[in-house]
Amino acid sequence: MSMVFGVPLAVLSGQLMIGIINGAFYALLSLGLAVIFGLLKIINFAHGAMYMLGALVTVVLFDLLSVNYWVALFVAPVLVGAFGLLIEYFLLRRIAGQDHIYSLLLTFGAALIIQGVLTNIYGVSGLRYSMPDMFKGGINLGFMFLPYYRAWVIVVALLVCFGTWFIIEKTKLGSYLRAGTEDSQLMQGFGINAPLLVSLTYGFGVMLAAFAGVLAAPIYSITPVMGSNILIVVFAVVVIGGMGSIGGAIITGILMGVIEGLTKTFYPPASSAVIFLVMVVVLMIRPTGLFGKEA
Amino acid sequence: MINMKKSFLAMILSAVIVSDAQAEISDDIVKIGYLADMSGTYRDLVGPNGLAALEMAVDDFGGKVGMADIQIVSADDRNSPDVASSTVRRWLENEDVDMVAGFVASSVSLAAIEVIKENNKLGIVSGSIASSITNEHCSPNHIHYVYDTYPLAVGTARAVVEEGGESWFILTVDYSGGHELEAAVSSVVEASGGEVIKTLRHPFPTPDFSSFILQAQASGADVVALANTGADAINAINTAGEFGLTQSGQKLAALLLFLTEVHSLGVETAQGIQLTTGWYWDMNPEARAWADRFFEKTGVRPTMVHAGIYSSTIHYLNAVEATGSDDSQIVRTQMINTPINDMFATNGRIRQDGRMVYDMYLAQVKTPEESQGEWDLYKIVRTIPAEEAFRPLSNSVCPLVTDNR
Amino acid sequence: MNQPVNPADIHKAIVEQQKIQDRKKLMVNGVLLLLLLAAPFVMYPVFLMKILCFALFAVAFNLLFGFTGLLSFGHAAFLATGGYTTGYLLSNFSGLTTEMGIIAGTAMATLLGLAFALLSIRRQGIYFAMVTLALAQLVFFFFVQSEFTGGEDGMHGIPRGELFGLINLEDNLNMYYFVLVVFIACYLLVQRIVGSPYGQILKAIKQNEPRAVSLGYNVDRYKILAFVISAALAGLAGSMKSVVFQLASLNDAHWHMSGEVILMTLVGGMGTLLGPVVGATFVVNIEYLLSQGPLRDWVDPILGGTFVLTVLAFRSGIVGEIQKFIKKNLG
Repeated sequence: MSMVFGVPLAVLSGQLMIGIINGAFYALLSLGLAVIFGLLKIINFAHGAMYMLGALVTVVLFDLLSVNYWVALFVAPVLVGAFGLLIEYFLLRRIAGQDHIYSLLLTFGAALIIQGVLTNIYGVSGLRYSMPDMFKGGINLGFMFLPYYRAWVIVVALLVCFGTWFIIEKTKLGSYLRAGTEDSQLMQGFGINAPLLVSLTYGFGVMLAAFAGVLAAPIYSITPVMGSNILIVVFAVVVIGGMGSIGGAIITGILMGVIEGLTKTFYPPASSAVIFLVMVVVLMIRPTGLFGKEA
Repeated sequence: MINMKKSFLAMILSAVIVSDAQAEISDDIVKIGYLADMSGTYRDLVGPNGLAALEMAVDDFGGKVGMADIQIVSADDRNSPDVASSTVRRWLENEDVDMVAGFVASSVSLAAIEVIKENNKLGIVSGSIASSITNEHCSPNHIHYVYDTYPLAVGTARAVVEEGGESWFILTVDYSGGHELEAAVSSVVEASGGEVIKTLRHPFPTPDFSSFILQAQASGADVVALANTGADAINAINTAGEFGLTQSGQKLAALLLFLTEVHSLGVETAQGIQLTTGWYWDMNPEARAWADRFFEKTGVRPTMVHAGIYSSTIHYLNAVEATGSDDSQIVRTQMINTPINDMFATNGRIRQDGRMVYDMYLAQVKTPEESQGEWDLYKIVRTIPAEEAFRPLSNSVCPLVTDNR
Repeated sequence: MNQPVNPADIHKAIVEQQKIQDRKKLMVNGVLLLLLLAAPFVMYPVFLMKILCFALFAVAFNLLFGFTGLLSFGHAAFLATGGYTTGYLLSNFSGLTTEMGIIAGTAMATLLGLAFALLSIRRQGIYFAMVTLALAQLVFFFFVQSEFTGGEDGMHGIPRGELFGLINLEDNLNMYYFVLVVFIACYLLVQRIVGSPYGQILKAIKQNEPRAVSLGYNVDRYKILAFVISAALAGLAGSMKSVVFQLASLNDAHWHMSGEVILMTLVGGMGTLLGPVVGATFVVNIEYLLSQGPLRDWVDPILGGTFVLTVLAFRSGIVGEIQKFIKKNLG
């Protein structure tokens, strides 16, 4: 068997594949964060909590109403998105125009409340959500066994990422969004309701997080703190990509998945720290991230 | 805060009294402090339900030892040694707490036992994994009651090697508890004629285990052992199932899995996994009867830690009653001299180093067909006798043992 | 209104007013000092020392955040570096007196602060916060991996030893007064810095950095100095904390700690001198009291609620709001 740095090539290919899958997942999570920051200049530290809510709502819907996976894939993000609208309306709107830092602190506080309350209700040992039957099993790729569900995650995550990027960067709706969130008075003049636009954008970003949560439900332990563990990593991805750059978040997400995957092969203990190392290095060379606009 | 001055005086007074006549219950109150993680990672394992177990013990004692009232104070340690150390210090120095129970995170236990030793009070550690608590960190002021790394390694590793699992891949959480478990397992595996072909350390917490599971598959080891716990163990087991680890002939061994975690995984995913446990709620009629009462109070089945908290508190109160004293040394000696046979332990006794040794069990998670209900999760495969389960005193570095050798 | 006003009179009046204000301030400070001196006889000394250590940590953080406008999300790294260094030295070299251990811990934190500053000072706003966070995460990783920290178990049984080889610090009262003296000295130092011409430049940078640059100031150098002083004081807080509690743990290096010091500063009132002290006292007390009482399981949501409420309703913090109130109604 051919070896690369002491690792069999087959193993390495498998790790790269896993890296891309995880990367697509990071991309999806980072996307919502990038949309919210790029269009609204809100640093959403509640993003992890929204991701967690997506997964939790999926479980609760199933346990209480036997709502299946496919329905949950639409319903859970809509419900969590609606919750996001409430947060925007009752909390974030009140600090519009203040320094970004306040949005960070506000959403951080909101996340603590959400997680703390749910911990007291659901505990921390993790809720169970069964894999939908059609996804059980997988295919042998020769160098690795690829579960069907992981294949589904990569396809759907990339589709959603690309779709979002396309809508915001390439369509008329997207240009309204970008304009409306940048200069609300101008848009008011054109008869477009800018505050509503802001709410909907925040809601949309939150929906993306919740969507990732639904995707995570069958494969990860679902606890009220699952979001806080991944939040910092996702933030790092967005920062490295350049805060607010939607394409940047997607590309960086995948890149970080791969880098993390390689670290897990060559020096596993550092696999959670490596992203921060990359972040420091990237920001040294490009102060506003890989794809960020110069300040 | 306002009464501190008063209680400071009281403390001096009580110190004088204690040194004068020790066989007495200070200020006619037996005060127990309960310190555990009530809101974080270990909440379900010990947490509020551990307090419920403690309260059951006190209630079963009628709330009184002889003439003295039993009181409970409790606090969330927030998994922080600072919080633990300052809370315990205040309890012991200003609030006349006689015994502190609970404890999960090893960092918290190690911080607290320093303070307990300094104040010559008693601590009963039930939730921590570190075997160093009764080895290099042993003291005459605490007891380690439930499990530690040693029986977990001995129980599971020896059994699995005997069943033909010779080559091992160990996936370890990159924290001291994990390292200790990994070392213990490695030595047991090698002593039993097996071989550890690879160990791999993952950060805490790791959200996604697919990369590690893939490496475990590629290693070709007979056994993939998980030296981690909580969400990490759950995620690893889930991912192993998803990637067909066991279908391809490898065996999965979980070294530290609690009932709450198996419950979270469900028998569908966890079936067949072998694990070592100090207690199981359905293992005998006494255990079941107690677990039923616990269920009425809390709505869940108890973990071995919950049962251990109950049992150790009863054992403690019995010792206080028998000696008529709440002095730590008198009570601890009495606890050591009395064997423990109750709903929790068979052949239980506390050694000089503070380690409670008793029969442990090798359990296997039931299949969906075998499981009769939500909490019907384990079948006991075999009993690991007390003498075999725990680190022998001959290997101890604890001064309480070595000085008497 | 039309009376001619003698400028000298105005000046006199201002000076007079200044004097009264100074006297008032002196009185307030005197009362505070007396309270602090008497406190250990009423309250639990170790708890008071915990408050003082965190207050110093918050004061250090505030020098950077409140007065210079730089939000560091990595200050836990300095707290932990100070603590671990001091703890390691005092545990392993019995010849060292306590203050030497503390000085060494502070020095290590200072050096680390300089490294952080050089790597991050050019980044703006959120990028600055994120670089400091990333660097602190790397430091955290280092501490997890290092043998000497005891990893997740932490470092325990650090001897308090003797100050200057003379004063026994095992005694809680001696320890308390030592911590108090250090705290007051640092507080006065920060007060001095903020009031000095250098402090004025920092404020100018905070208000409008481009203007400060165009006025010809070497802004980077001022910012680096502020960062290093802040890191040094944070390290000193960590060093003292490890001596007080006789332990050092990973909790101090975790990013939650960096978040907590932001909360303390914000709740107390960023950009005020007394704010972080009040904030630290408030947060430490809240956490402590809640974790004992019936709301034991609800500490996190309540802290989160405090965050939300502060940002929404009391953005200037406790001290800031009081100052505003006094200005509006009394002055």
